[in-house]
Amino acid sequence: MALIERPTQRALVPAVATPSTTYGVFRRPVESTGWKSWAFTVDHKKIGIMYSATALFFFLVGGFEALLIRAQLAGEEGTILSADTYNQMFTMHATTMIFLFVMPMTTGIANYVVPLQIGARDVAFPRLNAFGYWTFLAGGLFLNSSWLLGGAADGGWFMYAPNSSVPFSPSHGIDFWVLGLQITGIASLTSAINLIVTIINMRAPGMSLMKMPVFTWMALVTQFLLVFAIPVITVALFLLMFQREFDATFFDVNAGADPLLWQHLFWIFGHPEVYILILPSFGIVSEVLPVFSRKPLFGYPLVVFSGAAIGFLGWGVWAHHMFASGLGPVSVAVFAVSTMAIAIPTGVKIVNWTMTMWGGKLWFTTAMLFAMGLIVQFTIGGLSGVTHAVAPSDTQQTDTYYIVAHFHYVLFGGAVLGIFAGLYYWWPKVFGQQLSEKWGKANFWTMVIGLNMTFGPMHVTGLQGQPRRMYQTTAERAGEGFFNISFWNLIASIGSLILAIGVLFFVINVIVTARKGEKAPLDPWDARSLEWMTNSPPKEHNFDAIPTVHHLDEFFHRKYEDVGEGEHHEFHKIATAEELIAEQEANADAHIHMPSPSYWPIIVSFSLPVMAYGIIYSRWMIPIGFAIAMFGIYGWAMEPPTATADDYEPPPPPSGGELEVATHG
Amino acid sequence: MADAVIHAADALTGGDAPDHVVHHTTTGLSNNKLAMWLFLGSECLLFGGLISTYMLYRGRHSENLGPDQIWDIPFTSVSSFILLMSSLTMVLAVTAARRRDDRNTKVWLCVTALLGACFVAGQVYEFTTFYREGLGFTTSLFSSSFYTLTGFHGVHVSVGIVILLSVVGMIARGRTPSDKSELVEIVGLYWHFVDIVWILIFTLVYLIPA
Repeated sequence: MALIERPTQRALVPAVATPSTTYGVFRRPVESTGWKSWAFTVDHKKIGIMYSATALFFFLVGGFEALLIRAQLAGEEGTILSADTYNQMFTMHATTMIFLFVMPMTTGIANYVVPLQIGARDVAFPRLNAFGYWTFLAGGLFLNSSWLLGGAADGGWFMYAPNSSVPFSPSHGIDFWVLGLQITGIASLTSAINLIVTIINMRAPGMSLMKMPVFTWMALVTQFLLVFAIPVITVALFLLMFQREFDATFFDVNAGADPLLWQHLFWIFGHPEVYILILPSFGIVSEVLPVFSRKPLFGYPLVVFSGAAIGFLGWGVWAHHMFASGLGPVSVAVFAVSTMAIAIPTGVKIVNWTMTMWGGKLWFTTAMLFAMGLIVQFTIGGLSGVTHAVAPSDTQQTDTYYIVAHFHYVLFGGAVLGIFAGLYYWWPKVFGQQLSEKWGKANFWTMVIGLNMTFGPMHVTGLQGQPRRMYQTTAERAGEGFFNISFWNLIASIGSLILAIGVLFFVINVIVTARKGEKAPLDPWDARSLEWMTNSPPKEHNFDAIPTVHHLDEFFHRKYEDVGEGEHHEFHKIATAEELIAEQEANADAHIHMPSPSYWPIIVSFSLPVMAYGIIYSRWMIPIGFAIAMFGIYGWAMEPPTATADDYEPPPPPSGGELEVATHG
Repeated sequence: MADAVIHAADALTGGDAPDHVVHHTTTGLSNNKLAMWLFLGSECLLFGGLISTYMLYRGRHSENLGPDQIWDIPFTSVSSFILLMSSLTMVLAVTAARRRDDRNTKVWLCVTALLGACFVAGQVYEFTTFYREGLGFTTSLFSSSFYTLTGFHGVHVSVGIVILLSVVGMIARGRTPSDKSELVEIVGLYWHFVDIVWILIFTLVYLIPA
């Protein structure tokens, strides 16, 4: 099914005669302005923006939770949070940052950028895409509503048994957590399937897999990881739900259960999840570095293959999270070796990025700084990661702040810096305005200084034995001299404030840029890939004419001609972005049919929390939510992808029978 | 489960003019079919997790309420046979749809749904019997993991029945996309998958002695 039709020479006959009003009652939404144009949109660009904006909002929420944690730990015997609130705070900080910030943020960026990079007009299933966003939002709001309804989850983000069972956590917090993650899991699964089909099936003519931009490649690997990782946590969450709601005993040691079952299920999901978080950022950096080094990516096939290798190896390392659980020497040895093996493809990537910059004409924009920041900071986190792979040393580090230091270096220093590189790089594409470089550099340096000040000292406190999740430190336990953990905790807390100021600078930057309203040039970075070969922001149908691809870095090769001889390449500019886009407009496709907005995705999405509240509070809400869902699904199934003339009231659009996006001329 | 319906839903509405059925995708594969294969790939790990849980806990039960005491192998064999036969009728529905033979497509889809319903009815009967014998959901780890695994499978079969009947309704009312045979084929993929999972469950849960 091509919801986006490729243009054909003949005029298209309208689809099977279908009544356009569903159940003969509802008119279809067709608005292109106002809130309705966002709430019912199926446009991948609008959905991408909504995904990213919502994720950034949750980033602020999770950041606020982190600041409270650091405030509590700044001095000895902190009293800002009680032990109970502290437990909720770190659980929700991690859950928010992983499931409600990094995952949807990278999905949002992929949603926006991937169809443009592969020369498509939208994703394969536009309504499923909208469903994914609204479901993520519904799950995020549901999860956070637990704060107001008796307290949030308090078992840590990996929710080990027995802490997750009712006697140890009698509030509804963990129920909210279980059901909320189930809902966001549905969102991730649908958008993963959607993006894979898009990347595999909707590439522009000529774009073979090995001509695909690296970001698209990494998005593809990530979505495959999601497709296979999400169902595993789905099982774990169902079992935990049955235990908490229906008195099963899957993880109850007293009933003879094996609490390691949860750990295995969780980490078979949880370790691929780590690569789900980091690979999109690797992809972003692989786009940004070549552009600002003015060189093609060094060893493109190696970067692609090592990304895929990380994806495969990521399935064979989960038990390194469980070295302290007594797995037995054989398992420990196997998982230690496989974990070390992952350092190889990762190292290959680091080398390739460095070699891309080597000998390039470096242009230190904010996006470039963030990309270089990722290389340095991620490498630090990667090195401490290798020390975890050494099982004897890991036994010492397990559940200490050393682990906290490690995963914040790879997640903040890796995933988040990569996301910010992407934000600065693609901002002119998405909004047609360039973020201020002055504020951007302030943003970068405060963030990098803050991140090292916050997470660097945790190596020290961790090796001194400060456990994770300890809500107070005391003077007797602090130690002396250089290794006084109270001193380093204070430094970390100050660092977290600096980090917060860095994020504030980003917010200021966005506001300042929007206020100024200066138009960005079409191709501000002299970029290389197809997403820049259209207007900024792009038209609703992305490309007036779908380009035929001949090279990796197609856009670059259209702008530059190789006048060198033999092995020696010398590129001369032969066209500007403006000229290329004007040429495209002149040869615009005659008939471009875009899918029309729809009510149904949002309706189906918001039936899910109704059912989830029903499971927690009163069972009669479950059939109500189920009825809404069935109503939505059947409405969806009966609705054609494109609106027909009678959907428009009062006047039908000028082009008659079908919604046609006005093209050139 | 909802996803399956949605994919099927997209299949229903994704087509356009009857004379324009050749869609241009990079690989030449249909988007819907690819999405269904990915969804089924994902389902493999769902059942993988559930089956692993059962295999871990199958021996943890009280003396007289274990698998060897309560299985009624002949009964379950018959219901398994019925479910496997439904795969045959599903194939007949797909071939009928390829021949553009609407009447037989509807007939075979209905027969498939009916056989599926027989299987679900058998499962309900079996669960009731076990419950009467004292094996509740929370009786032992064995019973919890058994009911969870087979329950999930039963829900998948039930969702399949709903989808089959919905497709019959759509064909009857002429509200299908141009490529009807592909729609039936995609529903068939789901149905066969659910059957294959049952072969695994039947072997691992019922046939291999605990």
